[in-house]
Amino acid sequence: MTNRLAIEIARLKLRNPTMLAAGILGLSGASLREVIENGAGAVVTKSVGLKPRQGYPNPTVVQVSCGLLNAMGLPNVGVQDFVEEIREVKQFRANVPIIVSVYGFSAEEFAKVARVAQKAGADALELNVSCPHVKKTGSEIGQNPSLVAEVVEKVKAVVKKPVILKLTPNVADVAEVAKAGVKAGADAVTAINTVKAMKIDVETAQPILANKIGGLSGPAIKPVAVRCVYEIYEAVNVPVIGCGGATTWQDAVEFMLAGASAVQIGTAIASVGLGVFKSVTKGVDSYLRRKGFGSVKDIVGLSHRR
Amino acid sequence: MKIVSIRDETPTIKSFTFRDRIAAKASPGQFVMIWIPSVDEVPMSLSTIDSKKGAVSITVEKVGKATSRLHRMKVGDVVGMRGPFGRGYILTKARNVMIVGGGTGLASLASLTEEIAKQKGRKVTFLLGAKTYSELLFLKRIKTVLSTMNHRMVVTTEDGSYGIKRLVTEPTEQLLAKEKFDMIYACGPEQMMHKMFLLTEHFKVPFQASLERLMRCAIGLCGTCVIGKFRVCRDGPVFSREQLREVRNEFGHFKRGFDGRKTAL
Repeated sequence: MTNRLAIEIARLKLRNPTMLAAGILGLSGASLREVIENGAGAVVTKSVGLKPRQGYPNPTVVQVSCGLLNAMGLPNVGVQDFVEEIREVKQFRANVPIIVSVYGFSAEEFAKVARVAQKAGADALELNVSCPHVKKTGSEIGQNPSLVAEVVEKVKAVVKKPVILKLTPNVADVAEVAKAGVKAGADAVTAINTVKAMKIDVETAQPILANKIGGLSGPAIKPVAVRCVYEIYEAVNVPVIGCGGATTWQDAVEFMLAGASAVQIGTAIASVGLGVFKSVTKGVDSYLRRKGFGSVKDIVGLSHRR
Repeated sequence: MKIVSIRDETPTIKSFTFRDRIAAKASPGQFVMIWIPSVDEVPMSLSTIDSKKGAVSITVEKVGKATSRLHRMKVGDVVGMRGPFGRGYILTKARNVMIVGGGTGLASLASLTEEIAKQKGRKVTFLLGAKTYSELLFLKRIKTVLSTMNHRMVVTTEDGSYGIKRLVTEPTEQLLAKEKFDMIYACGPEQMMHKMFLLTEHFKVPFQASLERLMRCAIGLCGTCVIGKFRVCRDGPVFSREQLREVRNEFGHFKRGFDGRKTAL
């Protein structure tokens, strides 16, 4: 592996363009360390809020063809208790960015949580304004450009570290939301969170998820994610991070050609295993070499060339 | 998935049998996720795995809402099943084998013992423990399978109502002190398995134990079941002595709630 894979996103230096997506593992310092050991260029934690949350009762996950449906309900220890987990990761490997995913039920809450996370050592914050299955937060904020702008402004007012905005695809115009967030100060944009979806069991005639409605991830949503990245890349002048079903190096390259500076990986950890970070990284490296690109930066947004 | 038969094992434990060709390909120690519509979805070890008939059973102690609901179900009622998941027990060439089971831990150990009995030249020392006689799970089943091979069996109850009045780990320690075992398998309460781990570290004997943690996704994504660097649903539920050594600050000490907070064991 060479340094042609290294890339900088909103002042964050990544050894390669793969990242652990929010919500996957990421609840304990030890499991984040394990993901770093397995080669991720950066890790995003599970979303943390001001107070501990149990999340929804099971079933919280349904396996569907080409994807995975989940409604976890934002389970987390609360940011105060999460501080020790953040510190554990920082002590382990200071040169792999740890990005703390933050949610709140108001802009003020987002800001409070972000401040504690930054103090604990977070290298950046990713604002979860896109979770599709918890009321009064997530995509209920992320579907409204002015609420998104308010959250970004309140967070930017209290933290110095880069602020990444994670967007929901469950809107008519994702680029419009991205623009509002960037105008309010977001340093980068992650696209996309899960696609609102559900699954009904035919034997019992019941929705399987305890919350009935959840979010779809995995290969099924990748074309949606690639389209969102493509549209956002044309609309804003900050880095875009691709997220949604990336499983192979071809997926990662596709996201980057659409405009992503890095690619988050989540559901593929179930199908491929933790080795997915290395297999994607290796594949991207071979692609760059084969195509004669000196740096991974050279392919970001390349499909927009007319 | 329809329940095809139900069996009372003890006053608090029932077994439920299903026909499922995919689950019937599982190995001992693997588990399935059982969805009880409108109630919950819970992980359950497979207590019988019949690949010929394509049937599997789970053995369930009535402890909470989901298991109580399951206990009220009848033959023909429908539940959902995902799996099998995880890594089961690894069968080795070990000749002198010890198996230590407590409570519902017997669920996975019974099918393991039946698997070991299929191989020639094995000697099995089985230690079976429970609080009281009526809660000794699979006593007859274990006796039956052991009778087909070179074996020794020790039964303990905490109240002395059957066998010897001891914790199951006590006779284990005496046996380990005087005999060389090639492999030890354990499943039961975590304190028991932790004690076994310490004993096998002391006597330097290969060891595998099946752990239990809260679970959600069962496919290694959500992080609910993590113990140190491992995901119990995917890297386990069966772990080796070497793996347990890597998580010794956590194993036997605390587990995490659904919100990820730690509670002492």
